[in-house]
Parts: sequence; C-alpha cells; structure tokens
Amino acid sequence: MAGVTRTPTNLTQGSKTPAGIGASTLRPDGTLKVTGEFAYSSDMWHEDMLWGFTLRSTVAHAEIRSIDTSEALAQAGVYAVLTYDDLPTAVKNYGLEIQDTPVLANGRVRHHGEPVALVAADHPETARRAAAKIKIDYAELPVVTDEASATAEDAPLLHPGRKDHHAGHVPHPNIVHRQPIIRGNADEAAKRADVIVTGEYDFGMQDQAFLGPESGLAVPAEDGGVDLYVATQWLHSDLRQIAPVLGLPPEKVRMTLSGVGGAFGGREDLSMQIHGCLLALRTGKPVKIVYNRFESFFGHVHRHSAKLWYEHGATKDGKLTHLKCRIVLDGGAYASASPAVVGNASSLAVGPYVVDDVDIEAIALYTNNPPCGAMRGFGAVQACFAYEAQMDKLAKALDMDPVELRQRNAMEQGTLLPTGQVVDSPAPVAELLRRVKAMPLPPENQWETTEGADVRALPGGLSNTTHGEGVVRGIGYAVGIKNVGFSEGFDDYSTARVRMEVINGEPVATVHTAMAEVGQGGVTVHAQIARTELGVQQVTIQPADTQVGSAGSTSASRQTYVTGGAVKNSCEAVREQVLQKGRLKFGTYHPAWATAELLLEGGKVVTDGGEVLADIVDVLGEESVEVELEWRHRPTEAFDLETGQGNGHVQYSFAAHRAVVEVDTELGLVKVIELACAQDVGKALNPLSVVGQIQGGTTQGLGVAVMEEIVVDPKTAKVRNPSFTDYLIPTILDTPTIPVDVLELADEHAPYGLRGIGEAPTLSSTPAVLSAIRAATGLALTKTPVRPEHLTGT
Amino acid sequence: MDFLRPASWEEALAAKAEHPTAVPIAGGTDVMVEINFDHRRPEYLMDLNRIGDLREWETGADTVRLGASVPYTQIMENLRAELPGLALASHTVASPQIRNRGGVGGNLGTASPAGDAHPALLASGGEVEVESAARGVRMIPIDEFYLGVKRNAMEQDELIRAVHLPKATGPQQFSKVGTRNAMVIAVCAFGIALHPETKTVRTGIGSAAPTPVRAKEAEAFLAAALEEGGHWESGAPVAPSVAKQFAQLASGACNPIDDVRGSAKYRRHAVGIMARRTLGWVWESYRGDGRTAQGGAQCA
Repeated sequence: MAGVTRTPTNLTQGSKTPAGIGASTLRPDGTLKVTGEFAYSSDMWHEDMLWGFTLRSTVAHAEIRSIDTSEALAQAGVYAVLTYDDLPTAVKNYGLEIQDTPVLANGRVRHHGEPVALVAADHPETARRAAAKIKIDYAELPVVTDEASATAEDAPLLHPGRKDHHAGHVPHPNIVHRQPIIRGNADEAAKRADVIVTGEYDFGMQDQAFLGPESGLAVPAEDGGVDLYVATQWLHSDLRQIAPVLGLPPEKVRMTLSGVGGAFGGREDLSMQIHGCLLALRTGKPVKIVYNRFESFFGHVHRHSAKLWYEHGATKDGKLTHLKCRIVLDGGAYASASPAVVGNASSLAVGPYVVDDVDIEAIALYTNNPPCGAMRGFGAVQACFAYEAQMDKLAKALDMDPVELRQRNAMEQGTLLPTGQVVDSPAPVAELLRRVKAMPLPPENQWETTEGADVRALPGGLSNTTHGEGVVRGIGYAVGIKNVGFSEGFDDYSTARVRMEVINGEPVATVHTAMAEVGQGGVTVHAQIARTELGVQQVTIQPADTQVGSAGSTSASRQTYVTGGAVKNSCEAVREQVLQKGRLKFGTYHPAWATAELLLEGGKVVTDGGEVLADIVDVLGEESVEVELEWRHRPTEAFDLETGQGNGHVQYSFAAHRAVVEVDTELGLVKVIELACAQDVGKALNPLSVVGQIQGGTTQGLGVAVMEEIVVDPKTAKVRNPSFTDYLIPTILDTPTIPVDVLELADEHAPYGLRGIGEAPTLSSTPAVLSAIRAATGLALTKTPVRPEHLTGT
Repeated sequence: MDFLRPASWEEALAAKAEHPTAVPIAGGTDVMVEINFDHRRPEYLMDLNRIGDLREWETGADTVRLGASVPYTQIMENLRAELPGLALASHTVASPQIRNRGGVGGNLGTASPAGDAHPALLASGGEVEVESAARGVRMIPIDEFYLGVKRNAMEQDELIRAVHLPKATGPQQFSKVGTRNAMVIAVCAFGIALHPETKTVRTGIGSAAPTPVRAKEAEAFLAAALEEGGHWESGAPVAPSVAKQFAQLASGACNPIDDVRGSAKYRRHAVGIMARRTLGWVWESYRGDGRTAQGGAQCA
C-alpha cells in the first residue's frame, strides 16, 4: 500500500543446519525485537494520516440524554466527530459469539470506559482536546456488580429482550450462559465419604497487560473499501465483525496483521478496528488510532473474576468420592467469550482427577463491571485455583501428603471425564507431580552471603524491609488440566498456502497463513515444519493477511497444533506434487521412483533408505508448486445443556508446579524463590520456545497469585487502578528461577504428536504459589491476589 | 503548553517570576506521569536540564549541598557514606532508568506523601534551598517544608536549587513497603537516623499521612530511653520492650487512608514493624563500633 510505512514484511530465514522440527532455531524476528527495530502496530505511519481518538464513558451505567458535538467539530484540525447516529448501516453491534456490543453507545452506557464518540484530527492532541469538548448528559442508573444484585427480581437488565441462542436456557436474563455437568449421583456418593471438605474461593480480575497497546491504521481505498493494518489475534474473526458494520462486502475490507506486542486473549475482541475504519471512510484519509496505557485498560476485556464454591469428599485412603461445585464468573457488561469460558470452567472444574460422581454448575453474569472474556487459561485458571486449594485442604483433613493425595486420584489415559469423554492420549498427571517433587530444593536461608543478607533475595527486595526477620519458607504443589483448541463443536480449522520454487539455484519454500504471530513463535515453527517436510533450508514466512483463508485464532494453545498442522498438511501436498513432477521427468531412470517411499531432504529427492534420486532444483526447474488447503483436527461436540455430557474437547495439556516462597509473615510480603514446572508437551517442535512459553505462563500465574488485580469499586463499578503504577505485574526481581522439566509423550492424534502448551503453566502456577504461602503462614487464603493485608490480618 | 528552556539559573528565576504557573521539569519522572495521565496540563513547562549546576553536589565539613537534579543513581554510588539513609531510599526509586533521571528536587517539588526521598530527608534533617528573582535565597528547614497533600512551603515564584543535609554522624536506615519487589510506589515507608553527637534520634514516615511526617513522640521516647539507660555510651542492646514501644509510637504517628494500594490499618501496622526492625539495624550498627549506617544490607 503506497504511503504506509512500518508495516509487516516477509521474514526470511535460511539455515545451514537442518533446523527442522525439534531444533531450537531462533525466532526470525527475535533480533529485530530485542534491538528495538521491530515495527509494532503503534509504529505505523502514513504521510497524510489523521489520528483517531475514542471518547469513553466516565460512568459505569447511565442513560445518555444527549450528546453535543458542535464545539468539538468547530475546533481547527478536526475532520470528523462520530456518534451512534453516524453509523452507516443497520448493523450497529458486534461480538465474538453474541452480537451485543454497540460500536458506539446507543443511548445507554453499561460499563466504565465504554466508547461513546470518535474524533479524527490532524494531531493526536487535537483529537483528545476536541473529544474533551463533547458534552454528554448522563443520567446515572443503578449498577449491578455481583450475582445477588444482577439476579435480583427487580435487577436492571443489561440486555432486555435478549434473542441470542443462550437466552432460552438461562435462569435469569442477566446470566449469559449456564452449563451444568451432572454425572453419577454426587449426593449418594457423598455418603461413602469419610471426609468432606468445602471451600469458597474468590479469583480477582486479571489483565492481559500486553506491552503493545491497541493500535492500527485504516487506509481508505479507491474502490470504496478499506485496508486495515492492525494488531489482533484472529484476522478473519475481526473481518466477520467489521465488514457488516461498515456495509462493505468482506473482500473490500483487506486486513493485514501489523506487529503485535503481546495478546494473551486480550486481542480476541475488537478494539479500534471498526472505529478506525469508520473514521477513514468518513474522512477519506488514513486514520491511525493508538491507545495509551490508561485507555488500554478499558480497550480490551479481562480475565473473569470468579466466585467458586467447592465440596470434595474422600474415603480415608484418599480416593475422591464426589465433587459438587458452583462457579460464578463475572462477564461484565457484554458477552465477549463468556459462553465458552463457562464451558471450560464447568467441563474442567474437576481438574486432572478421577471423580465419578459430580454435580457441577458454571454461569457467567451480565453486570456493569468491565467486560471479561478471553485470557490465557480461559476458565480453567479460576477452577484450578479452587480445586487445588481443595486438594490441599483435603490432604490436611486426611493427614496425607498433598502430592500423594493428588497422585492417588490422578487421571490417566483412558479416564472418563465428567462429560463422559474418554481421555484418549497420554495424561501423565502423577508422573508430572513426581518429577516436579523430585527436583532439588533451593538452599535454606538462600539470602545469606558472607557480607550479610542480600536483600534482593528476600521479600521486599531492595526496599530493604527485612534482613531475615519474620521470614518463613513455604512449599506448595499444584497441577492442572487445560483443553487445547476450540471446543464444543466449533469448526476449528486453519488454512495454509505453501509454495515451492527455485530461486538463485536453490529450492525455497514460502509459507503464507493468516496466523497472528503474537509472540508465541508460530513464524519460527512454520519454517521448521517446511524445512522438515520439504527438505529446504530457506523459508520465507509472508505477512499474515486476509488474502489467504482463515487460520483461526491465536488462542486456546491451538496455533502450533492447528495452523502448524495446516502447514504440515499443505507441505505434504506440495511434496506430493513435486514428487509427481519428478516421476514424470525422471521416473524411468530409477525404479525407486515408483516403488520406494520418497522424501525431500537436503534439497534432494531421496528414498526412505537414503538413496538420492534427484535434486529438487532439477525436478522443479522453472516451475513452482503452490497449494492452499484447509486442515481440521478431530471434530468435537456441544455439551448437553442439562447434563453437560458430550465429547467437547480435542486435546488436553497438563502441567505441574512446585512453588518455594519466603514470606515475611510480619509485613505480609512474599518472595517467590523458585517455581519449578514439569509439563508434557507431546513433542517439542522448538524446545527453546517451549521452555520460554512455560516460563512466561508460569510468571503470569505468579502475577495473579501475589499482585495482579483490576480493582473495581463495588459501589460505582468504576475501575480504580487503570495504570501500571497501580496494576502491578511481576518485574524481573519478582520472577524466580523457573526450572522446567519437559516430558514428551506423543499424542497420536496430533501433528508430530505435539500438544498445545501455552496455557497449562498459567493454571497451576497460581495455586502452587498460594499453597506455598499457606504452608508458610498457616492461613486459609481463599482469594487472589494475596495481599499484605490478608497475611497480616489488617 | 509552552516549553521554556532557560540557559542559566538566573534565566530560570526570571522565567519563573514572569510565569509563576510554570511547572519546572528536570528528570520528568513525576511531571511526565502527571501529563501522560492528563492529570495536569500546565500552561508552561520549564526545562531545567540546561542548568548543569543542579546536577552537582558539594561535600563540606559537616554538610552536603545536593543539587536539586542530582540523579538518584549518583546518590547511591557517590554519597553512600555521607547520606546513607538517602542512598538506601534512592535504591528503592522505580527502575535503574528512572533513577538515572530523577532527583530529590522533583520529590520535594511534587511533595507527594509517597515520594521515596522524604522519610530519609526528615530523618537526616536539613534545609531546602529555594530561590526567587525577587527575594533571593531562602532556606526552608525540612521540618517546615511539607504543608499538605502535594503542597509545600514554596512560593509560586520560587525554584528549588539544592538541599543541604548534615553528613551522617551515626547509622541511618530506610525501609519501604510495596506490593512488589521492585519498581513500586510506597504503600508506606520509614526512615531512621541516629544522631550520636546530640544523642537524638530522628525519623520519617512516608505514605501514611497527608504529608511525610516525623514520629516525634517515638523519637523523644527512644532518645529518653537511650539516655536513661546510658546506651549511647555503653552501646548496650535496646530492650525489646523499648523497641516495641518505639514501634507503637511510630504507628501512632501515622494518619493514613484506605486506598487501592493498601489499607490504613495495614499502613499503621507496617510502619510499626519497619520502625522496630530499622531501629534494630541502626543500633546494631552503632554498637558495631564505628561502622556507619549500612546495616547488614547488601545493596549492590
């Protein structure tokens, strides 16, 4: 596109080594990123572009009596001011599953920070000042902020007259979706229990806290369409939601992925996409929108806060008898991914354990709190925090080692899940616990040096709050289960276009997908797959865009599995065509062309016995081979709405953690010393990336254990800490040593036997840290994050 | 927003006289945050970075004259012996990058109760050197500097040039509670300095009252107990009951609020713990014969 700079380019990586799957090849964009050269979406520029700004509601729930934009429009440098009335078509809402989210508020705002108006101006500061001149007359309405207020008889309805596909089966219109899972008879089974433990748990609202704020550039095109460059997780899902609002056919909204600075689920929903396009089409000029950190806290959905009630029973030898639980997720004002989060929370509520008799219910609420949706771990995180706390509690009641209790109940291959689905690939839960427990422990009093205490190794760090006084060590364990891929009958496919040709006398592969590279390393792995399947050294990864079929979302730990699977599948098709050309050209020279299993290796066609039949260069000559194919994993089924039965999931991912913490019990400060992890990854396509993902997920779980929470005022439903000053994420001094033990037990149903890995470590990290803090303090600690107040009774 | 860039201190004073609403900016680690959050849009910003003198310090016989813009990193690296409490406090300021930019002048100008330097300045004692074009130099004792939430004793036409701090004659300590182990705003903080030459103790409390405050009752109680027991001479350990009482009085000097960073009750509690611990460290250090100030902490 003429005039746009800092947009994505091809990533070409050659390799002198095989560098296929199983090698720790480096990221093709890694050097750019660590040297500050990488073009993130906020870096894009167009010579005559305007800047867009979004005016957001300052209250959580109100009727909009009037909006006066006249002063803003009169300001010099302002090109457009848009409100709901300016939306061009009858489609004025969007949403991932339920189209309940207004592009701009329609007479009512339902949460703090909801978009109300848009401004385009020639400078970002001009746009901001003009927006400040828009006068909005709000008549505040009462807020609902929890289950009691949302489901009260006279509760104000967030979305009156719901017609979505969940509306018919929910017990209250302020409940987005409800999923029970009933199997066996929990009440009867409870009678067999020698010990029953119950608990009530609170999980705080977590933010994805990606470092690259929401941003994009919309450029109007001569054909009346628009070219949109944006940082997102799923281009085609965005497109499906954007085009109808603009009144354009999908092919006239051409999307290209720009540099993504982290996602973690927070870019599954739209942010500036429609707004930028509306302003560009209205003004006829390119429009760039970049949120600042404050706005980013309102610009994406968060992880659901949750209340969880659990009851476990066990016989005196530690076998679980039954599970009853109820999980209430706060979905906030709009549905986003809430229904699917409910599905995960309920179907994985039991954890990686065998329990035959269960009575599970999960719901998501509509409230006036900030909308919540996808985040790494997606419903399984909240459940894991609660069931792992319960396992510790049960072990204590049984006077049993908590790891042994878990191992006695650990699921394995062949286990029947509460949904009636059989776990049909390795599930080494007991083994992961054994491995993580067997790792050596960090030394006691590890802060002591010959020159006194090293405060950096103590709670409080350089804030110098203790030199060892009041410090107690605790050790805790946890294990979790996460589904991989989209579940519940979703057609979860991906598409890959692969071309093979000769350039400068060398066979070269080009891989083109719409996969959003958000840091997970898909661009690295796709090149590795192409090298393995096609025997080339040099692979070019083209920028992701909508000129190729959908890759599905970069979420649910699915991209290496699904788009990796699609790349592998397309490579195989390319290989078959190359071999076919070879047979036609050279088949008469050697009988093996017809009889042997043929491979492409080291630039040559070889037999499975290693005999070279031809150079790929000679086979291809001037021709190229290109295919674009969709690829699907095994289909899944919806869960029954009454019983929750159904083969809902594709694959599972398991990780176990051991946390070692030092707690300053007087000040209530925590230093996590070590978070050891053991995880089964099926097959490590890139071992370095695998360890990086596990360490990243572990750290994100640590964050929610001890510091991360979006604090919402229950009286006003307003966010109290929308900044990195007051929403804290772990620094390097908060991040412990993370030794990782990678197990590779192949899943025969998956490409190369791999398992999606990105989310599982986020699950068990949090409860392991909580467990360790409980061990150090003897406190019950039923809420994340643990705050100094909780540890000191203040 | 106009940007003023005086080339000299005299030009800066003149500009401040002409534009009393001008907000001085040096490291920008406070001001830029306020601007980025849209909390303030000053009519004039006055960049003091061309005035090199502000980044210099002089060590005299008894005092250090610390330029308003001397970065925290320099204090940590060069003034640890003379200003041990402030050096420890400097360690807790944000990140290395911000410590390379920010200085004590910004903390004093903003006068937020959460400024990390304040407890150390109060415990040390000292004076703030401010100046105006109209009235020249004025020395404001640190005890009289903090007037209210983000309000100090300066006139609109004045600028902070330096702080004058006595060189430590006894051990000093500083502790700060935050809910992460680095780069965090204080939930509350405590500074303590022993002044053996006058047989006095001074303290400073941060983020636990509308302004940084001293725990004067605690200081007086402790000084009396030390005097009475002949501790200054004998170096005998401080009785646990004395430390406990000192801690309680320090808690009592707090007048905190509940906010998103911490509860009032916790702040009172934590200040007491920090008071007891830091007293232990400075007294151990004092007893440890001539060793000044750094306690057992290793802060490299």
